[in-house]
Amino acid sequence: MQKHFITIGLFVLLALITVLAQAGVLSPYHVSVLMFMGVNIILASSLNLVNGYMGEFSCGHGGFMCVGAYVSAVCSVLMFSKNQILGAPLLPPSLALLGFPLSLLAGSAAAAVAGLVVAVPSFKTRGDYLAIITLAANYIVISAINNMEIIGGPRGFMGMNATEVAMKGLADIPWVLMWVMAGTVFTVWLLRRFVSSTLGKGVPAICQDEIAAEIMSVDTNRMKLIAFMLSSGLAGLAGGLYAQILGYVNPQSFDIMRSTEVMVMVYLGGMGSLSGATLSAILFTVLMEALRFLGVWKWVVIPLLLILLMQFRPEGIMGNKELSDLFPKLRKYYSFK
Amino acid sequence: MEIFQHILNALQFGSFYALIALGYTLVYGVLRLINFAHGDIFMVGAYIAYFVAVSLLGLGGASLGLHLDPTLALAVTVPVTMILTSLVGVTLERTMYRPLRRKGANRLYVVITALMAGLILENGNLALLGASRKSFPDLVDKVVWNFGSVSMTNLKVIVIVASVAVFLLLQFIVTRTKIGMAMRGISYDKFAIPLMGIPLDSIIVVTFILGSGMAGLAGILFAMSYPILEPYMGALIGWKAFIAAVVGGIGDIRGAIVGGFLLGFIELGVVAVFPSTLRDLFAFSVLLIILWLRPTGIYGVAQTTKI
Repeated sequence: MQKHFITIGLFVLLALITVLAQAGVLSPYHVSVLMFMGVNIILASSLNLVNGYMGEFSCGHGGFMCVGAYVSAVCSVLMFSKNQILGAPLLPPSLALLGFPLSLLAGSAAAAVAGLVVAVPSFKTRGDYLAIITLAANYIVISAINNMEIIGGPRGFMGMNATEVAMKGLADIPWVLMWVMAGTVFTVWLLRRFVSSTLGKGVPAICQDEIAAEIMSVDTNRMKLIAFMLSSGLAGLAGGLYAQILGYVNPQSFDIMRSTEVMVMVYLGGMGSLSGATLSAILFTVLMEALRFLGVWKWVVIPLLLILLMQFRPEGIMGNKELSDLFPKLRKYYSFK
Repeated sequence: MEIFQHILNALQFGSFYALIALGYTLVYGVLRLINFAHGDIFMVGAYIAYFVAVSLLGLGGASLGLHLDPTLALAVTVPVTMILTSLVGVTLERTMYRPLRRKGANRLYVVITALMAGLILENGNLALLGASRKSFPDLVDKVVWNFGSVSMTNLKVIVIVASVAVFLLLQFIVTRTKIGMAMRGISYDKFAIPLMGIPLDSIIVVTFILGSGMAGLAGILFAMSYPILEPYMGALIGWKAFIAAVVGGIGDIRGAIVGGFLLGFIELGVVAVFPSTLRDLFAFSVLLIILWLRPTGIYGVAQTTKI
């Protein structure tokens, strides 16, 4: 029982949030902050796989998020809402609970395939040159979507609300919040399982020394392919959820600024620390909302705070340690690997 | 004949990219640091030029009681702006990068600090000066020469000549002078160089002065060619110049100038043939393909890795 304390505690907490949101104790504003928190956790922890564990410098995470957001938004609109492309919805609203996860899955898969654009050059290229490839990939995605008139171009794309309405028609509970929480838990669980598995140990090995890893029989190309595709696929999942939360996506919201935010969360938390990325995503989201009253000055104060943090703790909040390394007693309370 | 017009425009735009890319490449060549604040230093340079020029010409509220002749004002604005802009660059290095370097922080944390410094410059400017755009006063009388259907302004010629001159100057400094030798030495081995009696920090400050000064010059020239200033003008052009520097082979002065002009030519070439909204898509795709084929850029040398 003691072994499962944290796991059970987590699910109780999530259930509590759902109940509170359903009962209306949490205002729609608080619920939306919680949902963005979840999306940020997914983004930060998935980028941490590449930037933290693998030691590469990917600065185009927003591009993969964009692919995921658009693909899942288009899928969800095609299935459940009237649209200009196909006219009538493909599926009846009663299938929404099946269709929505499918659209998320499609978005993630498309983003993972887009990750190939970065993964394949990474076989030969490293460091700052790879950083440029990710940056260029981000620009290419944004610019390609800006030029696709059929999905709205620079004006953006909307109509995803029909899916939520369809889900609410089946049972009136906060579906989007639940999907975001499920996606977040799934992402952290998957990444935790991956980096602690025998296969996943190859990722930090590449970070420490690629040639030595190759000699020790790590198939570095395969590892890079897996890491980049997993990371961008999860970014696509975050994008799909983000699109559903807002009910509207436009290419500008996934530009280099978004990628910068995610990078900040990763380095704030500490490279190669999953709990660090999670904590800093939560902290960053709260900070963004708490400083909203500053108006224009918000984006002066937040970078200044981060610079000060870097000066006094240059390895990020957690360094490359996990929470359980800092507080070994915590290990008694969980059993997941 | 239209092709000559496009070539001329491409040369002009390439010059801006090249001037900014030179700053990236200088700092990178010495410190292996991507100074992401550089695009915003360029923006600050343009704003400094605006305030210097306006107060010298006695326009607006910032009048010092001076009403200088525009040509004289230009002659004062250029050095003053370059000095003030390099001060901004040196301030960033002294207050943010140097303490981190002393602590031996991971290189990427310095990069993130640079990104944050850029955000502070951008948004600080927005918060202090407001979102209204500033229009830069005319400092040179525009002269237009027409050769058949090709029109050439004196400004375009100044921009292109300035970028080539800066390139030659920097190439001379880096390859022929003692300071340049020290810079190359630092990039070769940061730990052995102080042992040879070379003051590491002073050389790094000189690098920042050179790089930021060139960004200031680019700021003036850009403001004269496109006289609308806004706080975010440095962000996009900065990222693009960085990409140009990497495609040329970051850390190499020749690479910056080749990459800058290459990017200018690709962008203008795309606009000449396709709708202009496709510019970024094609330009970045071409650059991506170049990096696929030559992973270290055009002039770049692969770093050797020891086991």
